[in-house]
Amino acid sequence: MASEKCSATELVTMRGVVPISIEQVSRAFTRWDALAILLTFGVLIFLAETSSDLLRPLAELQQAPVSLDPHFLPEYAARTTLRMLGALGLSLIFTFTYATAAAKSRRAELILIPLLDVLQSVPILGFISVTVIFFMSLAPGRVLGAEFAAVFAIFTSQAWNMAFSFYQSLRTVPIELVEASRTFRLSRWMHFWRVEVPFAMPQLIWNMMVSMSGSWFFVVASEAISVGNTTVTLPGIGSYLALAIDQKNLAAVGWAIAAMLVVILLYDQLLFRPLVAWADRFRFEQQASVAPPQSWVLDVFRRSRVVATLVVPVSRLWQRTYQLSVAERANNKVVKLTSERSRWGDCVWTGLVLALAAVALWRLVSFVAGNISLQELVKASLYGLATLTRVVILIALASVIWVPIGVMIGTRSRLTQLVQPLVQFFAAFPANVLFPVVVVVIVNYGLDPDIWLSPLMILGTQWYILFNVVAGAMAIPSEMRDVATNLQLRGWLWWKKIALPAIFPYYVTGAITASGGSWNASIVAEVASWGDTHLHAHGLGAYIAQATEAGDMHRVVLGIAVMSLYVVVVNRLFWRPLYWFAERKFRLG
Amino acid sequence: MNDALLQIQSCCQAFPKPDGEELLVLQDINLTLRDGEIVGLLGRSGSGKSTLLRLIAGLAQPISGQVNYEGQRVTGPAPGIAMVFQNSALFPWLTVLENVQLGLEALGLPEAEIRKRALAGIDLIGLDGYESAYPRELSGGMRQRVGFARALVVHPKILLMDEPFSALDVLTAETLRTDFLELWTEGKLPIKGVILVTHNIEEAVLMCDRVLIFSRNPGHIIEEIKINLPQPRSRMEPAFRDLVERMYVALTARPMTPTHTISTPERTAGMGIDMELPRVSANAMAGLIEAIAGEPYNGKADMPVIASQLHMEVDDLFPIAESLQLMRFAEIEGGDIHLTDVGKEFAGAGIDERKKLFQNQLLNQVPLATHIRRILQERTNHMAPRTRFRNELEDYMSTESATRTLGAVIAWARFAEAFAYDARSETFSLDNPT
Repeated sequence: MASEKCSATELVTMRGVVPISIEQVSRAFTRWDALAILLTFGVLIFLAETSSDLLRPLAELQQAPVSLDPHFLPEYAARTTLRMLGALGLSLIFTFTYATAAAKSRRAELILIPLLDVLQSVPILGFISVTVIFFMSLAPGRVLGAEFAAVFAIFTSQAWNMAFSFYQSLRTVPIELVEASRTFRLSRWMHFWRVEVPFAMPQLIWNMMVSMSGSWFFVVASEAISVGNTTVTLPGIGSYLALAIDQKNLAAVGWAIAAMLVVILLYDQLLFRPLVAWADRFRFEQQASVAPPQSWVLDVFRRSRVVATLVVPVSRLWQRTYQLSVAERANNKVVKLTSERSRWGDCVWTGLVLALAAVALWRLVSFVAGNISLQELVKASLYGLATLTRVVILIALASVIWVPIGVMIGTRSRLTQLVQPLVQFFAAFPANVLFPVVVVVIVNYGLDPDIWLSPLMILGTQWYILFNVVAGAMAIPSEMRDVATNLQLRGWLWWKKIALPAIFPYYVTGAITASGGSWNASIVAEVASWGDTHLHAHGLGAYIAQATEAGDMHRVVLGIAVMSLYVVVVNRLFWRPLYWFAERKFRLG
Repeated sequence: MNDALLQIQSCCQAFPKPDGEELLVLQDINLTLRDGEIVGLLGRSGSGKSTLLRLIAGLAQPISGQVNYEGQRVTGPAPGIAMVFQNSALFPWLTVLENVQLGLEALGLPEAEIRKRALAGIDLIGLDGYESAYPRELSGGMRQRVGFARALVVHPKILLMDEPFSALDVLTAETLRTDFLELWTEGKLPIKGVILVTHNIEEAVLMCDRVLIFSRNPGHIIEEIKINLPQPRSRMEPAFRDLVERMYVALTARPMTPTHTISTPERTAGMGIDMELPRVSANAMAGLIEAIAGEPYNGKADMPVIASQLHMEVDDLFPIAESLQLMRFAEIEGGDIHLTDVGKEFAGAGIDERKKLFQNQLLNQVPLATHIRRILQERTNHMAPRTRFRNELEDYMSTESATRTLGAVIAWARFAEAFAYDARSETFSLDNPT
């Protein structure tokens, strides 16, 4: 019973991870959103134009030798893991600065939050090639540049939801804690590290875990990049896998999958379990948790004298920063919100943002006018429609399959305990590893790639639907289940009146995540290859992938822009209203 | 007056309303806290007591007037003023010791000093042995003790208390009060003066040297009552009971809501809809009517007596009593509440008759209900959206109050079957579902 409760809270916390901004605002689309979109594409175009000039000198880059010998896999795995951890570190820095700025400054918030919303919707996966070229031109050594690019690509898959969760936590620090901190005159530095960060910690850690899982997808894609005739390869599991696919070496694919499993298991045990167990004390609820999460690694660390002696000087030093911050503290002054000066500041700020947006707009217009025909635009939009159809059908299919199963699992506690770690593992597993298998099947049976490549899009993201539904089913209060039994509610009536309404808010959260992820996945899922067999479906993902391969930056940007627009529009018009409908109507308690 | 620790001079405070105008919550507050004094701020919720406490703590600035502490104007949290919060406001991720130390760290003291003072504070407040416990492992009473220790170790001159005992059960609260008073009267506390916000009348009489009674709309001081009883005080003493009675009278003497002005039926319908309604269930109202009608009150009860019999505090009892008065089921005068003829009839009636009586009183005495009903009757489809009335209400009150008021009128109308409300479509209508 105890452990069942515990896993319930874990799952419920997972629910807090919503990949798009779902603020309860009636605004459908503000001018700040428009500005955010403009700025994002301004930067993308800037990157694309700069990098297309840089392409030529890259041609001489030799392919780093990646060997399919399994003996090299531990080293490759270590390198890949390091890249991911590096990106996670970057994401944390980004989170602490970007989200803090957005939460603390009203002006910054106006533009930063819509920007984050747009960034979440841009399929950076299609842009990896561009960033690779950009970063390689920045770095003196080519390999270092490619490393930067890979880390950056992984970063773009991790940072947004972490920043968003941190921003929301900062906005919801309980007022009495803020007041207590203020009456005891904590310095800003102290307030941040002792009040705000601890409060945000549990959500942040769960988001880090989700980010880490999600970024496997990008690892595989970012370690072996071909742009035009240039191929950039970084030693790692991703490039190993790419080579294995290229050489049709099934055994090597198997080895790569095994290595990934081991890495996922290791970082779960060595990094995230201890983090989750450690972060349990940051939970804000005043009740003691039924069975706090455990981690043997953390226990070892806590009992070890060596660790203790190592930690002491560090914590001393950290304490010192508090003392310094107190010494430097100016008196906390209450700032009036509507003073003349701040109105002036508002004008200057708005002007600045508008100017930037104007530049971005100009770039956008000249870019579109010079390089993209109306025909091309129509083509991309139609492809977008095709991909949209796929996403809709797949989400519907996944829902039909996983909702009943999820409810069944969630309402049987023993089953939940068995299945839950498995599901979490599947979610972390990069689905693109399985693509070659599908390609082999399609080729062998002569299936239509337009239909049979599609399931790949949802392979990795369907789990979000499942584990959100499981969490929802577990959250059905036992009294409610007892009442249903007592009234002899059975069959369809039980589903209609009890199960479906209870899980609906959870389901919506899962479906939002799954749908966003599927769009992103379409870039790698609508084209797949096995050796020299290349399959492609008709869709926006394939359009972007092919443009990338051809080194046609204009079409890459166009494709990404169209895809972002589809994602943003679908989120605003469909998911966000649905989410709030679910919150209002079906939220229990 | 050299012994004045704190002086508040004609302070006003206001918050912005949705329409951009300002809602006055504190009007012309004058208060002096002297050395060695515990001053109580007593009043209903919404009378601005907590707002005043936050002005003193430097958590907010008044729109006019000023707060002076030791001759200096308070413009932000001042060293020397510490606060104990209603729900203790401990940091759940810090141990008891770390919580107590936090305020000392913020003073930038050397580590040894921090530890010494924190341990002394923990010792003083009776928390030995709990140093390494986390707040969630403690009971509410123990948590509040940590809150006290945390406030005391920074050696403040003034201690502000925001209903510190109201979240605790009766027994725990009493223990904590006596412990605090003991330390205070024995001079073991570093503090020189205390300001206590409370809505518990007996607590005010038990602890304070002076009590300021607050009234609402806008919050202002209506009376000051001195308490010269020696400590420790006994609740049973006649002098104590007299003071409690006096405070009830003071709290009920003034018009609590402007009911007296709108009761006459000659007034045009639609007037008086600006009145805020408390969220009180019809069942609670019926329960109080029955209690007053029954033995030993027989229709007329002393408020302090019935409050203690029903284990209700001011904020529990007053809204119900007020609602009874509003609907003319009862009258409140000089700390007494007595049933009107309608109230007596209601007490003896069955469920259907009760609904009829309730509907009658609701539609005749509550202007907002009258108004909604009239609009619904005038419209051909007998329907109206919620926003129509909410916008109207927001001309007079904050969004929050408007929501609460609408909620109250909907709940009453449902009980009375006066009109229906569909939460899904957010519309009022005349027909009840068949």
